[in-house]
Amino acid sequence: MRAGNTRARLVAAAVLAALALGTAACAEDTGGDPGSETGAGGMKTGLKIAFLPKQVNNPYFTTSDNGGKAAVEEFKGVYSETGPSEASPSAQVSYINTLSQQNTDVIVVSANDKDAICGALNEARTAGAKVVTFDSDTNPSCRDLFINQATAEGIAQNQVKLIAEAVGPDGGEIAILSATANATNQNAWIELMKAELAQPEYAKLKLVDTVYGDDQDQKSFTETQALLAKHPNLKGIISPTTVGVAAAARYLSGSTYKGKVQLTGLGTPNQMRAFVKDGTVKAFALWNPADLGYLAAYAGGALSSGLITGKEGDRFKAGKLGEFTVGKDATVLLGDPYTFNASNIDQFDF
Amino acid sequence: MAERIAPVRRVLGSWDVIVLLAVVAVATVGAFTIEGVASPRFWRFVALEALPIALIALPMTLVVITGEIDLSVASVLGLTCTVMGQLWVSGVTSLPLLIALCLLLGAVLGAVNGLFVTGFGLPSLAVTIGTLALYRGLAYVVLGDRAVANYPREWTSSAIAPIPGTTIPWMILVLAALAVVFAVVLHATPVGRALYAMGNNAEAARFAGVNVRLTKFWLFVATGTMSALAGVFWTLRFASARADNGSGLELAVVAAVLLGGVSIFGGRGALLGVLAAVALLGVLRNALQLAYVPANTLTVITGALLIASVVGPNVAGMLRERLRRRRSTAPTATPTT
Repeated sequence: MRAGNTRARLVAAAVLAALALGTAACAEDTGGDPGSETGAGGMKTGLKIAFLPKQVNNPYFTTSDNGGKAAVEEFKGVYSETGPSEASPSAQVSYINTLSQQNTDVIVVSANDKDAICGALNEARTAGAKVVTFDSDTNPSCRDLFINQATAEGIAQNQVKLIAEAVGPDGGEIAILSATANATNQNAWIELMKAELAQPEYAKLKLVDTVYGDDQDQKSFTETQALLAKHPNLKGIISPTTVGVAAAARYLSGSTYKGKVQLTGLGTPNQMRAFVKDGTVKAFALWNPADLGYLAAYAGGALSSGLITGKEGDRFKAGKLGEFTVGKDATVLLGDPYTFNASNIDQFDF
Repeated sequence: MAERIAPVRRVLGSWDVIVLLAVVAVATVGAFTIEGVASPRFWRFVALEALPIALIALPMTLVVITGEIDLSVASVLGLTCTVMGQLWVSGVTSLPLLIALCLLLGAVLGAVNGLFVTGFGLPSLAVTIGTLALYRGLAYVVLGDRAVANYPREWTSSAIAPIPGTTIPWMILVLAALAVVFAVVLHATPVGRALYAMGNNAEAARFAGVNVRLTKFWLFVATGTMSALAGVFWTLRFASARADNGSGLELAVVAAVLLGGVSIFGGRGALLGVLAAVALLGVLRNALQLAYVPANTLTVITGALLIASVVGPNVAGMLRERLRRRRSTAPTATPTT
């Protein structure tokens, strides 16, 4: 009897100890009083700006959130990053509710579901928070601004330019290694790339084939192999998908085509680092997630300071990135894709 | 006989009370140390988060008491959500009809589990790990990576509407009513006593005239149906039917059931403790989140609590057993009190 009770009491004590531990760990946060003063450019200081990525412990979002942190420190706000350890909408809702109760001034979020987190975001907005989405948008009715990383046109122009530079002035045959044959974004980019290739400056480049690796590593690898066997004069490959470009690079780097057939695409630095260093790939592109987070933080700050409302034509300054204008549907475009090459790739870890 | 049961009851009761006291303690300490815990909004959010877990935990408690388990509940929830979404897209616009169809689907999915477990005599752990994957897979067959989100606003807002004059969602009342039903069945009917008997010794229960198979079959049907109800709530609450809805929720449910003092080996536990455990996990999680505790630390704390909850009652039970044995073999020996 008594032993049982003692045991139970011990467990209860452990529960309380765990709680005490938790609360002690949190006491350190002493959020600044939001916004009585205004700093440079009319931006309020002390704004509580929270980044809520799709999930924490994800290198891509760690990079973007650190960009946001740098921005928040520049305009003397209070930065925090929070989020679920698994990328689920319901877990994100829980964190949005928490941020709303913490009287956060700006919630910068990458949505796990464009609808499921809407209710919670709107509840937070009713409570006074501004909501900025980045990387992955919600329904436009649930946020104040969306920071768009790149447009389809921007991606198409960038990819064609990169392959033209890699192949050199003599031009030659090129091919595209895409994801799936019915991927909407891929097909839109491919169409725009064809339009871009029709420009006189790219007259010497000839698109001879488009193949599909289905965003599977093995299939992308064998499709690359087949492509090179089929077109012996091939000079370059564009693979505007992270899976495809990494698989193609792996094939090329282990083949006799290395350095002879050029490759570019949309990839991440961690996947592509080895192939840039061994000369298989001269340059590839994606957006810079750090800049994306940086811009999102400034946009949130400007919203919360009342400098902009999020309507089309609103202009605001975003520190080192310069001035931005709010476009259609309350979106702000980060700019052209960011090009990674041997000289800058080591600055990135995602 | 009565003398021997009484102290056991008292100890069982005390575990429930301990968990309840822990909820009160966490809430009180939180209210004084963490800004926001004392606000009515906090309790609204906790209630909304705990509701689906509590709904499924009710039948799960009974299942675990009989010595079985149902790990497919979150997949039943997910499949129900996608079917509800697909039905809505295909033109079923009556909410009562949608709910009825979803509950029916849940009952069928539960019956499949029940059939495999009781009809073929397979272990429920293996069966429901299988259907966990199967039902989730079917959910992806129904909706793929699409999401259905265009439900009427009245539906979605009424699902989370508060009881007038409070911030607490009215669905809590539905939960309370169902909890009373389950509690009465478990604690005040011959069926309930039979469930404990099955958990302690299925063979003996059978000889005592309990239809073990049939009872277990209906328990799985009940679990499926309640998971489907949670799925309907989930879909409307998040206004989004997706194949990955509620993924991983089965662990939250089982965690609450075990923390609530139900023995994983069956035969022991009470509904009050389980509901208190759902509340404890919800309050603790939300309070710590408010206190800026990072997600990784939260997971560690929840895990540690779970281990404590499994180890705690079992060690207590072992000690009790040893004590009792010592008493009965050496009745003259002084107990360790």
